[in-house]
Amino acid sequence: MAGIELLNFGFEFVEVFAFIVLATVGLAVIFGMMGIINLAHGEFILVGAYATTFAFAAGLPLPLAMLTGVVITAVFGLVLERFIIRHLYGRLLDSMVVTWGISLVMIQLVRIAFGNSAPGVGIPFGQLPVVDGPVYYLVLATIAVGVLGGLYALFAWTDFGVRARATMQDEETARSMGVDTDRMYMATFGIGSGLAGFAGALYAPVMTITPEYGTGFLVEAFVAVVVGGSSVIVGTILASGFLGSVNAAFTNLAGTFMGQVAMLVAAIVAIRLMPDGITGLLADWRENRGESR
Amino acid sequence: MSLGSDSSGGLLAAVREPFEGPNTMGNTPAFWLGLTAAVTLLAAMPVLFGYYAAEIGAVFLAYALLGVSLCFIWGYCGILSFGQVAFFGVAGYAFGIVAINVPTLTGLTLGLLAAVAVSTAFAAALGYFMFYGGVRDVYVTILTLVVALVLYTFLGQTAGGEWAIGDARLGGFNGMSGVPDLGVGIGSVGLEIGIVGHYYVTLGALVVTYLGLRALVNSQFGYAMVATREDERRTEMFGYDTTFIKFVVFTIGGAIAGLSGVLFTAQNNYIDPSVFGITAAALPVVWASVGGRTSLIGTIGAALAIQFVDYQLALSGSEWALVLIGSLLVFVILVMPEGVAPRLHEYVVEYRASPDPTPAETPAPGEVHGGDD
Repeated sequence: MAGIELLNFGFEFVEVFAFIVLATVGLAVIFGMMGIINLAHGEFILVGAYATTFAFAAGLPLPLAMLTGVVITAVFGLVLERFIIRHLYGRLLDSMVVTWGISLVMIQLVRIAFGNSAPGVGIPFGQLPVVDGPVYYLVLATIAVGVLGGLYALFAWTDFGVRARATMQDEETARSMGVDTDRMYMATFGIGSGLAGFAGALYAPVMTITPEYGTGFLVEAFVAVVVGGSSVIVGTILASGFLGSVNAAFTNLAGTFMGQVAMLVAAIVAIRLMPDGITGLLADWRENRGESR
Repeated sequence: MSLGSDSSGGLLAAVREPFEGPNTMGNTPAFWLGLTAAVTLLAAMPVLFGYYAAEIGAVFLAYALLGVSLCFIWGYCGILSFGQVAFFGVAGYAFGIVAINVPTLTGLTLGLLAAVAVSTAFAAALGYFMFYGGVRDVYVTILTLVVALVLYTFLGQTAGGEWAIGDARLGGFNGMSGVPDLGVGIGSVGLEIGIVGHYYVTLGALVVTYLGLRALVNSQFGYAMVATREDERRTEMFGYDTTFIKFVVFTIGGAIAGLSGVLFTAQNNYIDPSVFGITAAALPVVWASVGGRTSLIGTIGAALAIQFVDYQLALSGSEWALVLIGSLLVFVILVMPEGVAPRLHEYVVEYRASPDPTPAETPAPGEVHGGDD
C-alpha cells in the first residue's frame, strides 16, 4: 500500500517539477540576465505551441514539429528584441509594462487569426504500467533535467557563457573588456524565447490549445522565478523542487486544486522570508561565512 | 491672464490652496475652469444622451476610479502594482454577497461599507506582508499580479453548489448574478439608487477622490511619498519611515480600488472571475501609463477615452480593441514614457513661458517644478 502511495507521490512530483522547470527556464534566463520580467512569456509559450500543432497538422513528425515551434519562437523573440525591447534596457518597469502590452496584442491576434481552438496533438508513448499517468510525463521530466544541464554547460563552460555572465555581473566593465553586450542581451533574449517556445511545444500534446494557453503557465513561472531569485539555474532547480514537492504532497492528500493553493501559499511565505529569493539567501550566507573567516 | 484672476479672486485662491502644490499639474485658474467645465459636461451626459448613456458612463467612471488608485500608488509613491483588480474584484464580490443576502437598504449600506472595509483590510494585509517583509520593486509587481491570478483561478472553480454564502452563489466562471443596485439608508428610511442616480454617485465619488488625493499628495505626507519614490534610502536617512509610508499608500490604493469595484458591480448587477484575469489586470496599467502615471487627471482622461473607444469597437463587432490598446501601450512607453498628460503639460508651460517671460513669475515655479515630477 505504502509503496503505491510513494510511487504516486513520486510521479506527481516528477510531473509538477518538470512543468515548473520548463515553464520557468525561459523567463528565468531573461530575468537573471537582464532583470526584466517578460510579461509576454506566456505568449511566447503560445507561439511555440501553435507553431508545433500547425507543423504537426501539416504532416511533420512530432519531434520536428516541436523543433519548428522552438525555432519560430526564438526568431519571434529576436525580432521583438530588436524592434522594441532593445530600447528599454535600463528601464525595468517600463520594459515590464511594454511586454504586457505585447502580450495583450498577441493573445488577441492569435484569437483573430486562428479562432478559439487549434488542432490537437495526441499524447505519444502510451500509459505507464503501475501509476495512473502517461509515460510522456517521465519523458518531459528527463527533458527538463536535460535543459537545466544544457544551460549549465552553456553558461559555465562555453566562451559565450563567460561573456554572458560578465555582462550580467557588470555591463560597463564587460564592455570595456571588449564584450559586445548589446549582442549578449540579444542572444540571451533569443535563448529565453526559444526555451519558452520549447515549453509550449512540449506541452502541446497534453494541454488544450486556446489563445489563453500561455496564461496556464504564468503563475507557476512567475512564482518560481521570484522564489528562485536571480541565479538562473540554481534558483530554478531549488524553487521547482520546493514548490513541486509542496504541490505534489497536497495534490496526493487533497486533490489538484488544494495542491495549487498549498504551492502558492508556500511561495508567498517563502518570498516573505526570503525577499531576494532562495539564491539571494544563499548569496547572503556565503558572504557572511566569508566575513567571519 | 492668470495674474489678473489671482489678485481678484482671493477667496477662490484660498479654496484652491489645499489642492495645489508642486506634486500636481494644473495649478492655474485656467485648469480649474477647464476641470469645472469637464465635470459639468460629464454631469450633463444623462440629460443629453439619456438613460443608456448613464448606464454605460457609470462603468467608465468606475474604471477611471480604479485607474486613479493605481496612479496614486505608482505615480506618487513608486509602487507598481499589477494587482489593483484584486481589490476591485474582492470588493465587488463582497458587496454582492452581502447585498444578495440582505437586499434591504440597511443591507445595501452595510454591503458598501463591508466591501470597502474588506478590500482595505486585504490591501493592508498584503501591504504589511510585503513591505515589512522587505519585498521590493519587481517582486512587489509580480506578487500583486500573482495574487490577482490566484483569485481568478480560485473563483473560477467555485461553480459547485457548495460554493455559496447564504443565498449568494459564487458561480465559478458563470459569475455571480442578481446583485442588487446600490442603496443608502437604514430600515425603510433612505434612498434606493437607480441607474441615473448611480451615475451621479459614481461621478461624485470620482471627483471627491480626485480632490482628496490632490490635497493628500500636496500635503506633508505627499512630499514624503514623492521622496520615497525618488530615493527611498535617502528619505529613510532623513528619518522618514518609508516602509510605513508605502504601507499606508498601498492600503489607500486598495480602498479606492475597492470602492470602484463596488460601484462597478452594483451597476452591472453582476461580477465574474474575469475581473481578476490577466487582461483586466492590464487595463489600469494601460490607463495610468498612457494618461501619465504622475497625473491623476491624465489617468482619468485616458481611462474614459480608452474604455469609450473599446466600447464603440465592441459595439461595431470589431475584435481589434485589445490589439489597439496593447499597441497604444507599447507606443506610448516607447515614444513618451511619462505619458500623454505630462507631455501636454510641458507644452502648455513652454507656450506660456515663451511670449513674455517676466510677468509669468507667480505660477511658473510651481508649474515648472510640477513638470519634473
